[in-house]
Amino acid sequence: MLKIALGPLLYYWPRQTTFDFYEAMAQTSVDTVYLGETVCSRRHELRLADWLQIAALLRARGKDVVLSTQTLLESGAEVGTMHKIAANGDYLVEANDMGAVQSLTGKVPFVAGPHLNIYNVPTLQWMAGLGASRWVMPLEMKQSDLAVMQAGRSTLQTEVFAYGRMPLAFSARCFTARHCNLPKDDCQFSCLAHPDGLMMKTRESEEFLVLNGTQTQSARVYNLIGAVGSMQALGVDVVRLSPQSQNMAQVVALFRATIDGALTPAQAVERITPLMPAQGCNGYWHGQPGLDLVAQPVQ
Amino acid sequence: METLLPNINLQESAPADAVAAPVMELVCPAGSLPALKAAVDNGASCVYLGMRDATNARNFAGLNFDEAAIASGISYAHARGCKIFMALNTYPQASNPAPWRSAMDKAVELGADAVILADPGLMQYAVAKHPKLRLHLSVQGSATNFDAINFYREQFGIVRAVLPRVLSLSQVQQVIEKTPVEIEVFGFGSLCVMVEGRCALSSYVTGESPNTHGVCSPPKAVRWQETPTGLESRLNGVLIDRYGKGENAGYPTLCKGRFDVGDDHNYYAIEEPTSLNTLELLPKLHKMGVRAIKIEGRQRSPAYVAQVTKVWREAIDQCLANPHRYAPKPVWMASLDKVAEGQQHTLGAYHRPWK
Repeated sequence: MLKIALGPLLYYWPRQTTFDFYEAMAQTSVDTVYLGETVCSRRHELRLADWLQIAALLRARGKDVVLSTQTLLESGAEVGTMHKIAANGDYLVEANDMGAVQSLTGKVPFVAGPHLNIYNVPTLQWMAGLGASRWVMPLEMKQSDLAVMQAGRSTLQTEVFAYGRMPLAFSARCFTARHCNLPKDDCQFSCLAHPDGLMMKTRESEEFLVLNGTQTQSARVYNLIGAVGSMQALGVDVVRLSPQSQNMAQVVALFRATIDGALTPAQAVERITPLMPAQGCNGYWHGQPGLDLVAQPVQ
Repeated sequence: METLLPNINLQESAPADAVAAPVMELVCPAGSLPALKAAVDNGASCVYLGMRDATNARNFAGLNFDEAAIASGISYAHARGCKIFMALNTYPQASNPAPWRSAMDKAVELGADAVILADPGLMQYAVAKHPKLRLHLSVQGSATNFDAINFYREQFGIVRAVLPRVLSLSQVQQVIEKTPVEIEVFGFGSLCVMVEGRCALSSYVTGESPNTHGVCSPPKAVRWQETPTGLESRLNGVLIDRYGKGENAGYPTLCKGRFDVGDDHNYYAIEEPTSLNTLELLPKLHKMGVRAIKIEGRQRSPAYVAQVTKVWREAIDQCLANPHRYAPKPVWMASLDKVAEGQQHTLGAYHRPWK
């Protein structure tokens, strides 16, 4: 049975909002929740101890919890935080950088995150040999390439990023601070003002990308709810839904209903569309530009 | 024949386990045989190049090397004490990984001095099939910390890593202090503002990215159009920039266009069209133990390669001879700015306020 995971929160929300969000998520049918700050170490509304508190709350409600490490590690302090997460001794860890993979290799099973660039079977098998129990497909990968990976994956579980604005790029520069004419080191935590990121439009007002601190996201919302059947046929184990500030519980419920067969793909697409913060897309899954929206064949 | 050529650099890099070696290699780009010769003739220690396909990160039509050109390039370089690195630094795609392996076999057969790799599966192949081959970790491997770099060394025996253009000077120093792997950094050329290997912006718009196809903002997706409001550049239909009268139009690399964010209209929301230039940092980079300086620009002309190589050869020689009295000459900066993207330069992430 295809499981539902809530990906790590990519935005920076006030402390209470974050706690309230996970309290609400505990009431939904998600199976797994990824926790932790993966974007920027300056975000400190929640510290590791707070994340562990949320982890305990979710576990008590029967959710599987995974702690995610930061994707771009620059400073010694950031590497130190990653070491602490890797050595937490309790929860499964998602490695989002090869340094984190090193810290986990040969010690405990781990999840190989979506930014480790696992594009082919030999690399996937290498990752399995290091101790990965699950891998998250790169955003860019198309379903026909995933089929090849599935044939060569042995015992690894496969997770697919299936819903949300896509984290397309990472930088040392903070684009939100840049927009506010602030240096990164004195960003005044400008990300707090943008619970779903800061929209960047072209000069003809087309919504193009979303600035989320040092991360750049797609403006369009990746949505594979119409492809749940194809994912099941490919033997995908987990779909990842990326948190958004509004309507997240309904999004989870629609994925659940689709997986259970209570909704057809067409019904699911129709119902999820008004819940999304922007237009949907699914091009990557079909081997096209990521921003394309391909009509799903009737299943 | 050697005697006819100026600026021959016969410095050999020391073994990987040597400490505080005074060598600082100049690693120059070549997208064609004339560019390779320009690099060698103007003092490159090493030239890096790629095959004419998606196995490397500058997969542009009309660029790069076929087998015959590689063979003659290697023989030209080796005869003049210059090394050749083969970039195989994209990610083999699931459905067809064969071209990457055969490109590596070919690189070995033709006598390349090292291969520059990003994909662990391909590194594994190198270790099994070509155990004596020197492996460099490409910038596309996104290794920004010593744990990651040391891991590639433990797993595959990489001897050099090229750092992504995201670290400050002190962060580069921290990495060098904690790894025996040689560190190569970018010195000059077009600037990626995103971590290399972690950017899918290009495939989001065009379907092709550095990781998957070895391209960013590929020329086949570019359209130029004169309109009443100015000259527009589009990438697969998305408006990247619009130039008024008298403005210099640049290549529409999608992160270097002008966009609107909130009430802020028409600004470089991500990055200006600009080049990285670290000439002034050279003594610091040398002192902290940087083993090689990389020049970006395999897509550029032989004239660019000649000009940039010449300036950097002179600068490195002066820096090594007398680091305390070194200062970049205005004439060097001026000639580099002339060939720089947007005719301007930045210290990029090395300089904290850039972030």
